[in-house]
Amino acid sequence: MVSPVILVPAILNGLMTGAVYALIALGLTLIYGVLHIINFAHGALLTAAMFAAFFAYRLLGLDPYVAAVFLTPLFFVLGYLLQRFIIGPAARGEDRNILLVTLGLAVVIENALLYAFRGDTRTINLPYAFNVVEIGTAFLAVPRVIAFVVVIVVALGLWLIMQWTDTGKAIRAVAKEKLGAELSGIDVAHIYAVTFGLGTACLAIAACLLIPTYYVNPGAGNAFVLIAFTIVVLGGMGSVAGALVGGLFVGVVESLSGLYLGESLGQIGIFVMFIIVLLFRPNGLFGERA
Amino acid sequence: MRGLAPILVAVALLATVPLITSSNVVLNFLVTTFLIALVGQGWNLLGGYGGQYSFGHAAFFGTGAYVTAVLQVRYGVNAWLGFCIGIAAGALVGAVIGALSFRSGLKGSYFALVTLAFAEVLRIIASVAPITGAGVGTLIKLDLRPEAFQFQSRAPFYWIVLGLVGISLVLVRMIENSRFGAYLIAVRENEDTAKALGVDTMIVKLGAMTVSAMIAAAGGCFYAQYFLFIDAGIAYGPWISIEALLAPIIGGVGTVFGPLLGALVVKTLGELAKLATGDAPGLDLVLYGCILILAVAFAPRGIAGILADLRHRLRPIGPAAPASQERGNG
Repeated sequence: MVSPVILVPAILNGLMTGAVYALIALGLTLIYGVLHIINFAHGALLTAAMFAAFFAYRLLGLDPYVAAVFLTPLFFVLGYLLQRFIIGPAARGEDRNILLVTLGLAVVIENALLYAFRGDTRTINLPYAFNVVEIGTAFLAVPRVIAFVVVIVVALGLWLIMQWTDTGKAIRAVAKEKLGAELSGIDVAHIYAVTFGLGTACLAIAACLLIPTYYVNPGAGNAFVLIAFTIVVLGGMGSVAGALVGGLFVGVVESLSGLYLGESLGQIGIFVMFIIVLLFRPNGLFGERA
Repeated sequence: MRGLAPILVAVALLATVPLITSSNVVLNFLVTTFLIALVGQGWNLLGGYGGQYSFGHAAFFGTGAYVTAVLQVRYGVNAWLGFCIGIAAGALVGAVIGALSFRSGLKGSYFALVTLAFAEVLRIIASVAPITGAGVGTLIKLDLRPEAFQFQSRAPFYWIVLGLVGISLVLVRMIENSRFGAYLIAVRENEDTAKALGVDTMIVKLGAMTVSAMIAAAGGCFYAQYFLFIDAGIAYGPWISIEALLAPIIGGVGTVFGPLLGALVVKTLGELAKLATGDAPGLDLVLYGCILILAVAFAPRGIAGILADLRHRLRPIGPAAPASQERGNG
């Protein structure tokens, strides 16, 4: 057995990483819960947000945590426009079409980034990136602790929006019963776009939390998105609480399998878990069986 | 057999191309186009006729490519035999993935996701496993003898890939005309109803997936033999999964000639884009993505649908288009 001196930091670090996974999964599950589509462009949009955060630092000297304040509304608008003017009209409500349109978007965004910035891997060096906080026997990097706290706050904020604002109520109404919501005067196309915007805004925040400790290249987002898919399936498609718990769980699993199996096998562990969950519990560990 | 004449005429006409020109540029372009048409036809059988959209046909393409290459390089197996084993291995992978996912009742987005995940798992394994050459890839030794499935000129390759496309066209046409094909289309249109009418939807989907994987694997085997080099990114990369579904969707999903038409259009546009802008990485895929979105938005039945509409408009009182082309508004 590994001693608690190694195990506890591994679990804590897993929770920190898992929080960012959870935020990415939150965006995905929100979109799924309301629009009932799997957004295959999620990874590409995350990559785009990471590039935005990178250049905000490089060109404008904006600290990623400051950039988040600007990038989040920007990506909300971007997501709103994408759903309202591209995905919605092009798909005409057919599931297969939505799959293809979001896949097409992913291909366009990812390769436009590849064309513009080549395959180079870029990182930023923040002066405080290597500072650590000591919790018991564990040393945790400051950016990861910040990420953890921000994710909790964002999730709470999202919950408040959903619970108490009119828009949030409309979103929940559309998610439950689209036709009924439409009949009671809710503009469904608008609500769809708002939801897509919220999901995309989550990515902008996630990108700003990732960039201090992670690198960016045109494929960077994809690594996270398959993990996010796993989390969403694990937590139950469309369940916000499921995404949070699933994200933290996957973070810990990844950290522990990295500890016991080594890095590259740890990566396969996630995929294998994903396929197993998809095959045997497609409605999630907490969801009911179809 | 109904509808075989147009296929035979088209293949016979295309077969004369190497007699007219010996330009390597033209032949190379057509060989890669036919390769996409072949893999696209595999996707079309499962996605177009069966309605099961796979985002991971790379899993079958790559398995075919790797089995062909590794058998030759590591075990000294004859290239032609390796080719056949590669196709069988691809079909087996298709049957296994199909059995697992259909048994679990996955469809729609879930099916697309799980196929994508399987392709990614295979890609990661291929990029670390020693037998595939890991990150370096596998290089097939140059051995320009017909017995080794390698030729001095491009013309024999051209005829072989054209032959494979021809076989896939005939195969899909025969399936379309068969009872099995009718079951498959019934599954696409309404699976529950098909089941209620006594169709064993599990077997039908599994059969379609196996044949679909077999066709895609044939493409992979040919790729390995033609380019003599593969690595994890080529064999199992997302590019082939995307081109495999792009060709039939542009050409016309669920039509026999859709993948071939689509591949010709997509590849031509890709080449034009390269000519216009120089060979920049990623630009052709940006274009493909845009075409995909535009096609879904404005031409959901693809080129075949547009042609059918035109014919209908020119002959308003003529016979209705065949049922297989009446698709896209469901």
